[in-house]
Amino acid sequence: MKVIMSGNEATARGAWEGGARFASAYPGTPSTEILENMPQYGKDVYSEWAPNEKVATEAAIGASIAGVRSFCAMKHVGMNVAADPIFTFAYTGVTGGFVMVVADDPGQHSSQNEQDNRNTAKSARLLMLEPSDSQESKDFMKKAFALSERFDMPVLFHVTTRTCHSKGLVELGDREEADVPDYEPKIRKYVTAPANAKVLRATLEDRIAAAKAFSNDCEFNRVEMHDTKIGVITSGISYQYARETFEDNASYLKLGLTFPMPDDLIKDFCSKVDKVYIVEEMDPYIEEHVKMLGIECTGKDVIPKFDELNTDIVRKAFLGVEPETYTTDMKTVVRPPALCAGCPHRGLFYALSKRKGIMITGDIGCYTLGMAAPLNALHSCICMGASISQGHGASIALKDAGKDTKVVSVIGDSTFFHTGVNSLMDAVYNSGHNLSIILDNRITGMTGHQQNPGTGYTLMGKEAPEVDIPALCKAIGVKDENIITVNPNHLDEVNEALNTLLPKDEPCVLITRWPCVLKKFSQQDIDEFPTLHKTQCVIDQDKCKNCKMCVKTGCPALINTKEKVVIDKTSCNGCTVCKQVCPFKAIEEVTR
Amino acid sequence: MSDVRNILLVGVGGQGTILASKILTSGLMKAGYDVKMSEIHGMSQRGGSVSTQVRYGEKVYSPIVGKGSADVIVAFEEMEALRWLDHLKIGGKMVINDYRIQPVPVNLGVAEYPEGIIDHLKEKVDVLSFKAAEVATELGNPKAMNIVLLGALVKAMGLDEIDWDAEIEANVKAKFIDLNKKAFHAGYNL
Repeated sequence: MKVIMSGNEATARGAWEGGARFASAYPGTPSTEILENMPQYGKDVYSEWAPNEKVATEAAIGASIAGVRSFCAMKHVGMNVAADPIFTFAYTGVTGGFVMVVADDPGQHSSQNEQDNRNTAKSARLLMLEPSDSQESKDFMKKAFALSERFDMPVLFHVTTRTCHSKGLVELGDREEADVPDYEPKIRKYVTAPANAKVLRATLEDRIAAAKAFSNDCEFNRVEMHDTKIGVITSGISYQYARETFEDNASYLKLGLTFPMPDDLIKDFCSKVDKVYIVEEMDPYIEEHVKMLGIECTGKDVIPKFDELNTDIVRKAFLGVEPETYTTDMKTVVRPPALCAGCPHRGLFYALSKRKGIMITGDIGCYTLGMAAPLNALHSCICMGASISQGHGASIALKDAGKDTKVVSVIGDSTFFHTGVNSLMDAVYNSGHNLSIILDNRITGMTGHQQNPGTGYTLMGKEAPEVDIPALCKAIGVKDENIITVNPNHLDEVNEALNTLLPKDEPCVLITRWPCVLKKFSQQDIDEFPTLHKTQCVIDQDKCKNCKMCVKTGCPALINTKEKVVIDKTSCNGCTVCKQVCPFKAIEEVTR
Repeated sequence: MSDVRNILLVGVGGQGTILASKILTSGLMKAGYDVKMSEIHGMSQRGGSVSTQVRYGEKVYSPIVGKGSADVIVAFEEMEALRWLDHLKIGGKMVINDYRIQPVPVNLGVAEYPEGIIDHLKEKVDVLSFKAAEVATELGNPKAMNIVLLGALVKAMGLDEIDWDAEIEANVKAKFIDLNKKAFHAGYNL
């Protein structure tokens, strides 16, 4: 049966067909939907959201050591968090087949950097599979578990935004069950004390050599011979762009297993064509290997080293052809993303934007948009969990230098659980004095609403214990009187808390607790936040002086023209921040 | 390759191009075409420009619609039609929802929303423009705007051999089936 599936849906299906029994992940675009699609296979596969990618990887490693086929999934930067366990798990090898799905984001559609994790497979020495569409995502994932067991190596399943989020037709298959052996300790395999690890490092070379021999003649690497004037070597989504560019006017070596690389196959293919072109996104991963084999080829000297490729770019680079298009002199206006109407972060950032002389360290999530005009109230964003530790370092450094700049660190609930807890521990342990603000919107928001350890539910829909954030901060050592929880939609509450906590010279925590406006509210949300979505704001045009103060909240429900401001009824969720900032009391709250 | 047809659905995050493209691709698949569809999720969803790209034919490789190659562009918002003009094939058609969503820079008064976009585009290309939100509102729910636009798209692409009513039944919640069928036919018959 054929169905239409995104690459992520197909990867989830492939895991089920391949006999996986355990899955763990932390959400991150473009990988999120892989685990979101697992609960439908809940009868056969247990799946969970972990607090971060390192934990997810370790949980899946544990399942593999226990003899069960398992996988973890993450976005490309999550791979950095998970690097510690995977670099060593490469040495030990697996018992149950193990797959680490890593989704790169060429073009940085939704990411803070663009890193090519094919390099990670090479440096950690992991088998690497690269599907080029939904069908291959399903097929390769299904086969990845047995491949991992056959060569006793973890598999890095390398996908990109375009393979994850594009849909195509997929021929479905059946599930292949794998036996789960009775547990037997394998101390020399899994205890990586130096004496064992040194042996494992040596045997890893043997395992790689066996996989390399396999790679030269396997179903993942395919030769398509047509015209032999040009030979294209490519992998992943780039194959599709190359195929469309050269059609049948070139021959192709389409690589699906790209670590270890199939040297003999590459040499044989290149000997049959006049010129060799390499078509790949981001780094010259294939190109450098082909050049190392002593083969002349053209790649990154004509196509970009960064950003996403497409057929237009490949065609222009190799054929010098550009499409005929319509042109216009009329200019469009950019449409940057903004905090939603009714977003609970708006009240906090509005209040912060009015404070002078503060440094605001930020983190990864929707609230990174607090940086944008007109709020401009977030000054840094590097990686998950960094706001509090950066803020700690900055606050110590500024004070030592005799500056009186106060440091505020802003972090979401899920990001706090991810890696912010350790940072707060650092700030408290080392007598820091930054104010940490935890934006608890009761869900993991940016990636499209995943449960987390603070929401009370699991990925598979079970009720779960909730992390008590104030109690956790207290246990870390923040004094009771230095922990305040507020409703961020109430500017007076926020300002009062800031007035209390900002002057203090010791670690303080402010928690803003209000659900994301886009969240599907639980009964608990409805009980705890009874006014949610019950009202809307309207502007009394007779009282309005058109002063535009409300517009400075940056709310997209406010439609501003030269003549007046109106509130869009279909967008307003009644957060009332605009009402609170109106100097003429021209905004009223009405029942929705 | 030349038989591959390209459709772009463009708009602003939150306008709901997803359901329209789901029905579209499901119908194309049942008609026996190879189909690929691409969309970008993530930060752009928060009020940014979004596009859904659909390609179909005997064999489709890339999921991305290139410049100068869209047979039809359906713009859920008028400035988005202008933004994607260079993706229209020479001789292609635009279906434009006569509807504006002000971007943040316009709201803040640092940029002006360009006036006369639809008239400007009509001078260059074949344009069908109408107020899809009003058509949907008359049928009972402005949110059915996307299916009105889908109806207009199906007409523009000449995809008459597909049973779209059946696709709507298969992809829409039971209580919205009637509304969406009406919306589809309203768009188709414009």
